[in-house]
Amino acid sequence: MITLDDDQLVFRFPNVHPDATCRIAFQRTLRIPDDNRDHPLPPGLGCFPLRHVDDHAGRVPKAWREHGGVFLPMHQSEAMWILFDGEYPMAVKVAAGKIDALTGGRWRNALSGGPQNYVVVPEQPWLDGFCVRKGLIRQFVAMPLGEGYTAEEQLTGEARHGGLQIAVCPMKRPAWDALQRQRHAFHEYPGEACASAPQSARAEMGFAPGGLMRQEVYEDPHGLDVWEQSARSRCFVHVLNSVQYLHVTGAEPPHRPPTAAEYSKAGLPWFEYYAEDRRALDGARKLAGLDSVAQKSWKKGFPPENEPAFPKVVKTLTGGASVREGRF
Amino acid sequence: MQYGTHVRTLREHARRRDRAFSVRQVARRIGVEPAYLSKIERDLVPPPSETTTRRLAAEVGEDPDVLLALAGKVSSDLREIILRRPRLFAELLRQLREAPDHAILRVVREVRDGEW
Repeated sequence: MITLDDDQLVFRFPNVHPDATCRIAFQRTLRIPDDNRDHPLPPGLGCFPLRHVDDHAGRVPKAWREHGGVFLPMHQSEAMWILFDGEYPMAVKVAAGKIDALTGGRWRNALSGGPQNYVVVPEQPWLDGFCVRKGLIRQFVAMPLGEGYTAEEQLTGEARHGGLQIAVCPMKRPAWDALQRQRHAFHEYPGEACASAPQSARAEMGFAPGGLMRQEVYEDPHGLDVWEQSARSRCFVHVLNSVQYLHVTGAEPPHRPPTAAEYSKAGLPWFEYYAEDRRALDGARKLAGLDSVAQKSWKKGFPPENEPAFPKVVKTLTGGASVREGRF
Repeated sequence: MQYGTHVRTLREHARRRDRAFSVRQVARRIGVEPAYLSKIERDLVPPPSETTTRRLAAEVGEDPDVLLALAGKVSSDLREIILRRPRLFAELLRQLREAPDHAILRVVREVRDGEW
């Protein structure tokens, strides 16, 4: 079951295990420069507000009523990252416009091991974009559907789905129990061990690949067999243009975040994350071949979109840390 | 379980890993005098305000609703929800008094998954 709590999606599987809970939040962030250089991790600037589609059924696009799920507001060219929180192991699939963010393949409900089409929580604390190369992602950047920027449009030629799709599978109870016993034994014997893109009339938004960021997507250390695929829960996260969000909900969307250059000039922190003993997945060729927002804009004849930024403060986080907060 | 004892247990647990969780430092971070926090932890004074309880919960890694319940308080957002339809929510809570967790979760509003 999925509930909404404090602008987070809470996935619970009480039939599998009372502790089988995973929280997923969508963090506002800076849009990193889209200049083909790789950048550290930008901060989290708070969660996007989430609303039930059913609460605003009369004002949202008709297809959303069939999809169900939730929606959130984003400005054009605004970026986001996804925060995963939970102790009980979960396999989480993430797609944008029904394009798998790890493999570039079309959406399938089932987990796959080759190539791996899911992240493992809690090993993976966050995901900031499309996995294009080993250790590199391209940031999730919101763009209007129908302009040709989104990964979905570039790969399928259609602007049908937009938004994000999330599916979560918990670890099977016997596998969790075995893992707990291993951890217990380990603890007992530690010695062994935007500027100018055109405005669109379309309110729905999808995700296009933005700037390059240093982030590893980790291999599943448990193996495909440990996941309880019969207990899968999934959610369609629609993205609505911020102006339309006000019209649909009557609530003000969050302000546009600062630019990466403004944030860096203020001396505020960026982040690097290192996790020992975890192996990173290779990126997907299909995703690596996509045009970034800047490349697409250049091909369309628009001037460069976001200025370069030079982080002055880069904090290093290690495995287990999930604090990546920024202020402005 | 008493409010102060519970807070102290959690803070002492955190202090074993990190000295920044001394009474003095935690008190400074939540904006109260160390002597006052010490009295709270020994249950010599009534639990503090909702705002302080929320800060304390964030410090010691406890759910604020759990600490507020131990303080005999209902958080302001829950109070607002109940006040809008007091009879209905009072009836609902009484009905669920003895229900097991999984039955309570069944009445929680779910995010609907449709066709896509």
